[in-house]
Formats: sequence, structure tokens, C-alpha cells
Amino acid sequence: MSVDAATVRRIAHLARIAVTDAEVPHLQGELNAMLAFVEQLSEVNIEGVEPMTSVTPMEMKKRADVVNDGEIADDIVANAPETQDHFFLVPKVVE
Amino acid sequence: MTDLTSLTIAEARDGLAAKSFTSLELTDAHLAAIEAARALNAFVLETPDQARRMARAADAGIAKGEGGPLAGIPLGIKDLFATRGVRTTACSKILSNFTPPYESTVTSQLWRDGAVMLGKLNNDEFAMGSSNETSCFGPVVNPWRREGSNTTLVPGGSSGGSASAVAALLCMGATATDTGGSIRQPAAFTATVGMKPTYGRCSRWGIVAFASSLDQAGPIARTVRDAAILMRSMAGHDPKDTTSVDRDVPDYEAAIGTSIKGMKIGIPKEYRLDGMPAEIEKLWTEGAAWLKSAGAELVEVSLPHTKYALAAYYIVAPAEASSNLARYDGVRYGLRVPGRSVDEMYENTRAEGFGAEVRRRVMIGTYVLSAGYYDAYYLRAQKVRTLIKKDFEDVFAKGVHAILTPATPSAAFGIGEKGADPVEMYLNDIFTVTVNMAGLPGIAIPAGKDGQGLPLGLQLIGRPFDEGTLFSLGEVIEQAAGRFTPLRWW
Repeated sequence: MSVDAATVRRIAHLARIAVTDAEVPHLQGELNAMLAFVEQLSEVNIEGVEPMTSVTPMEMKKRADVVNDGEIADDIVANAPETQDHFFLVPKVVE
Repeated sequence: MTDLTSLTIAEARDGLAAKSFTSLELTDAHLAAIEAARALNAFVLETPDQARRMARAADAGIAKGEGGPLAGIPLGIKDLFATRGVRTTACSKILSNFTPPYESTVTSQLWRDGAVMLGKLNNDEFAMGSSNETSCFGPVVNPWRREGSNTTLVPGGSSGGSASAVAALLCMGATATDTGGSIRQPAAFTATVGMKPTYGRCSRWGIVAFASSLDQAGPIARTVRDAAILMRSMAGHDPKDTTSVDRDVPDYEAAIGTSIKGMKIGIPKEYRLDGMPAEIEKLWTEGAAWLKSAGAELVEVSLPHTKYALAAYYIVAPAEASSNLARYDGVRYGLRVPGRSVDEMYENTRAEGFGAEVRRRVMIGTYVLSAGYYDAYYLRAQKVRTLIKKDFEDVFAKGVHAILTPATPSAAFGIGEKGADPVEMYLNDIFTVTVNMAGLPGIAIPAGKDGQGLPLGLQLIGRPFDEGTLFSLGEVIEQAAGRFTPLRWW
């Protein structure tokens, strides 16, 4: 399988990465090189094989459903680019 | 006292206990070495004040007879580990101003045991790379050079700063992480010892995530014994990481020097690649002979799905990366580049904040997980992964204790020499990536040099949670091969 220029733009948008028109041909070439490389997997017989979900056989751990952390709002917003009163600020979403 | 930096951790531990020198003296010697070695670009942040503070505390502990197992030992920390109050960037522009208010579990255990932090070490951006050339702080330089040449070489990656700093005697040991070979390949390129433990052995909490089902932390050190000493402090159960395994941490150092007589060592025929350099072939044969003369039994084994591991990896790892890196959106931390809408702000931030390799992998990951392609790529890759793991299980079920392979298909290459073709760079991990796919422990040990005087390493792959056997076998190779130190030119 290979991707065309429109698909490259669609993937970039899904990944929320801005790409310029000038970057598209180069990215297209790189993505297609990678897809060509992984194409070899189609020759493996995977009939009846379970997909891996956990590399170490173990049961999913659960913790007690209780509050065990909190009251650290200052820490949480300390690295944010824009905040106000412990809220994160973003460009206007609703008109 | 200038030669304090050439001590091993085990020797320094004895010297500190015997009061031959203090941790402050040991730490100052390393801080001076770091300052004199800035040309290597191994450290992205030096923390001398904190180092001296920790060293004084360690000295006080030692004086009272309360020093921990790593009391007073100066270490370097890969910049992927969150360190409380100390900038942690993953060597990405998108995190260039991030100062975590928390400490990673692995580093907190090192400080619990008395270690001293010298600073943060360079790595490939988000640990994506095999040459340490994708860091936003620029490439790390390998302290090793080809004989009679001034060409600067890469130290490997992604833990290139860790490997370079340990090899150049800037720190006694370093933390590192390995997703496809990022501990073992740089260790092989710099004649250091690198251990990637079993998946689940070390907590991933507080380590910047790349591909969560593959990432594991481990040490890079100058000797097998030192790696074993560090491993004991780094490993252990952590309730904050649900994939962390609740099992006792053995005294790995006790495995050093135990007999390997009667152990079965597998030599996988699929690792004998077409066009493999004769030097690598020779090193591998030599390593097998060393283990045999120490009493091990060599058996040829087959790992038939080896050739598909790298392709499966380059679906699974980018897919997990695209998901993990979705958090870098310019809202809660890190860089923000303005836009007219929230979506445009995300897109501008991520375009500017991620480097080319990271953008490429996030986009591939997004594609293979997208509607209509999930089954053809991601699901198929996870099935191939099951087959890769089964190959190893079949071999271990036949009584094989460990598997011996080369660590890398070549010695270190020049900065800027590879990278035009991403797939060419990915081939560096051909011998190491299977181990991550199967969640197994693997160790790289310096074993010889190529015709140009550059170090080469061997890899031992072990059964799950059998790191101890790898330390035993690794030390046999180390004893036979000797240790290798670069000539100082910086």
C-alpha cells in the first residue's frame, strides 16, 4: 500500500501536525518508504494467531477506588503556557 | 586525585567505605571532567549545586554508617527521566521549558540508595533514534574515534549521552531506556555495558513515554558488576505502574562469578545475516568459544520470525508513540504556538515542537491506527509479535539458558553519515529489537574491536526475569575480552 498527497495531508491533520505544501512530497516519500518496508509482514502466516496484548503474562492490577492524591492544583498548572485561577486557557472554542 | 573518575562503582564504594576519599571529592572530580568534556555534548543540563548537596548528605550518611548501597556514587540521568525541580525535556523542543514537580520511580530509588545526580544526559528526541542525532540539543559525540582519524562518530542512540558520558569517565554509571535497542546499541558503540531488563522489572512511572509496551529502563555502566549494582536499585515493584511486576529483586551482584558450567547457550542461525562484516562474525565465534571454555554448552537454535521483527516494530512502536505523544498539545505543559482556533494552535504547536523523526513516526502511527488500516497493519503486527515471542519460548523450553548474538551489525558510524534513508538507520536495531518485542532481558557487553580500532559488542538474551544469568555470562565475556577505554582527545 502507498499513500498519495491527499492522504498525507489527511494523516497530518489527524495527527494535528501542520504541514506546508512544500513538505508534502518529501513526507509522502518517507511514509511510502516505511510502508514498503513493513509490507514484508503480509507474507507471514498469521492464521489462528492471537494478537499480543500483554508481553508479560500478568493480570491487570487494580487499586482501591478511593481518592489517594490531590490538592496539588498549583503543581498541575505550574508548567502550563497560559492559565488563570487554576484553569488552562485555550483559544476560544465556542462562538 | 584526578584518577577518581577512572574507578568503577564497586571500587568507589570500597574507597568511600574505607574513607580513602569522600563523595564530595569523587563528585567534584566528575564535575570537573564534565566541564572539560563539553565538546562531547553528553550532558544537556549540569546540576553541580545539587550534586554537591547530595554528595555532602551521602558523606554524612557514610560517616554515621548509614550509607545506602549507592551512597555517594555520582551518576548521570537520561533526560527522559522526570527529576523533581530539574528541567526534563526528552530532548524535544516541545518540552524545552518543562520542570516536573515529581520524581520518576527509578531515579527516586537511586536517591533512596544514596546516589548523587551530576546532571541530565542527552538522548534522541523522545528516545526515537539510533544515533543521538535527533536531539533538539544537537548530536552527542562518541569518545571513540577510528585509529588515525579525527572524524566525529555517533555514540548510538537513543541513550547516546548516557553511553558517551560513561565511556568518557564523566559519570560512574547512567540511567538509560530501551524501546528497540536504545541501551544496548549505544553500549556496543562505546565499549560500555548496557542492560535492558525484562519488561515490568523497572517501573516506567515518571519516564517520558515513547512506546509503552516496549519501553524499559536499565543501566549503562563500565563493568558488568557495576551494571548489576545499579540494576538492584533501579528494579522493583511500583503500584503506580500497572505493568510493573510484583516480584522480589534479587541481589544481582551475587550472580557475578558464579559458575556457568553446564549452561546451554543458544546460537540463533537467523542472526547470521547475508553480508555481515567478517569482524562481527569473528567476534561472535570468539564469544561463543569463551563461554564454551568456561563450561557452557553451545547449541544451534532457530528463531524463525526474526526477520519480521523490525517491520513489526515499526508498526507497533509508532502506533503507541502517536497515542502517547497526543498529550503534547500546548495546553497543560510545554511549548505553545498560537493559532486562530484551538485546532490550529495544536497543529502549529506540534509542527514546531516536534523534530522531523518524531513527526514522521507520529504520522506513520496515526496512519496504521486509522479507520480501515488497523487490521492490515497494527493487528497483523501484534500477531507477528506473538509469533516472535513464541520463537523464544520454544527455544527456552528446550532448556536453553541464554542466547548469544552480536549486539549491532556494525561499529559506530560518522555523524551525518546515515539518515537520508530512515530505514537504513532503523537496521541498526536488527539484533536488539526482537528482545523488546518479546519483553525479554538483554545485555550488551564490550567484546572486541574492529579493524579501525572501534569497539564492538556482543548481546546475551535471557529468559524472563533471569537477569542474574545474563550478569554471570556477561562477566565471563568481560573477563575474556578485557576492558576497553577510549584515548582522551577532548
